[in-house]
Amino acid sequence: MEAVFFYLFAAATLLCGFLVIANPFSRNPVTSAMFLVLTIVSLAGLFVLLHAFFLAAVQVLVYAGAVMVLFLFVIMLLDLQAEERRSFKKLALAGGGLAVVVIALLAHAAVRESPLGTAAPPMVEGSPRALGKLLFTEYLLPFEILSVLLLVAMVGVILLSRKEAK
Amino acid sequence: MTPGLEHYLVVSLLLFALGLLGVIIRRNLLVIYMSLEMMLNAANLALVAFSRFNNNLNGQVMVFFIITVAAAEVAVGLALIVALYRQRQSAHVEDLATMKL
Repeated sequence: MEAVFFYLFAAATLLCGFLVIANPFSRNPVTSAMFLVLTIVSLAGLFVLLHAFFLAAVQVLVYAGAVMVLFLFVIMLLDLQAEERRSFKKLALAGGGLAVVVIALLAHAAVRESPLGTAAPPMVEGSPRALGKLLFTEYLLPFEILSVLLLVAMVGVILLSRKEAK
Repeated sequence: MTPGLEHYLVVSLLLFALGLLGVIIRRNLLVIYMSLEMMLNAANLALVAFSRFNNNLNGQVMVFFIITVAAAEVAVGLALIVALYRQRQSAHVEDLATMKL
């Protein structure tokens, strides 16, 4: 049963991921954004299969909710019609294919060098309680630094998007 | 047969490769940005899988941090894109090849 869901979600993730970058029917950024939402939701499904329930919820809330709304908002703000007509460059396509092949070979070599082995059946559960406990004890300093980072990002965005007032 | 660590790693690797391909072949800044998000998500999947199969929650905390940093990064990056668009009326990387505005 788990295997069926794994292959279902994995296939959905990869298919939608491919449609984000190279949709044969539409070059519209809005279509890409919609398929990215689908990719992220299928990834949340994979997270559930890995028993990371809290992260699956955060993934849907933050990525599929907040981040993609931001993306769509900016797409609507900028009027992006012109680049739909432009086609892929042959050189970029070849370079991209080469980079992907090299990455795949590297990963294959890395996995072959260090066998994954068969450990005991996994027991860990990504429940909010366990995650929160870890977050507020061992990872307290990074957590606080992260809150400062969010403040910095907020101030930066306000500064960047402000109209030049003389 | 339940899927093991390597199954998840293969999916993560393929998603990362797709994101990389998108960054290289697409010319629209926003779609490049979405491909970057996809690469971050691929890394997240690998971390969650490692966390699950090593009986260790640290990987999931790291994913939590990555999601937060990615949200901050998206906000700043999109603000930069909007500022750039105001200056140049284009979000196409080939129109943005000069450093001087």
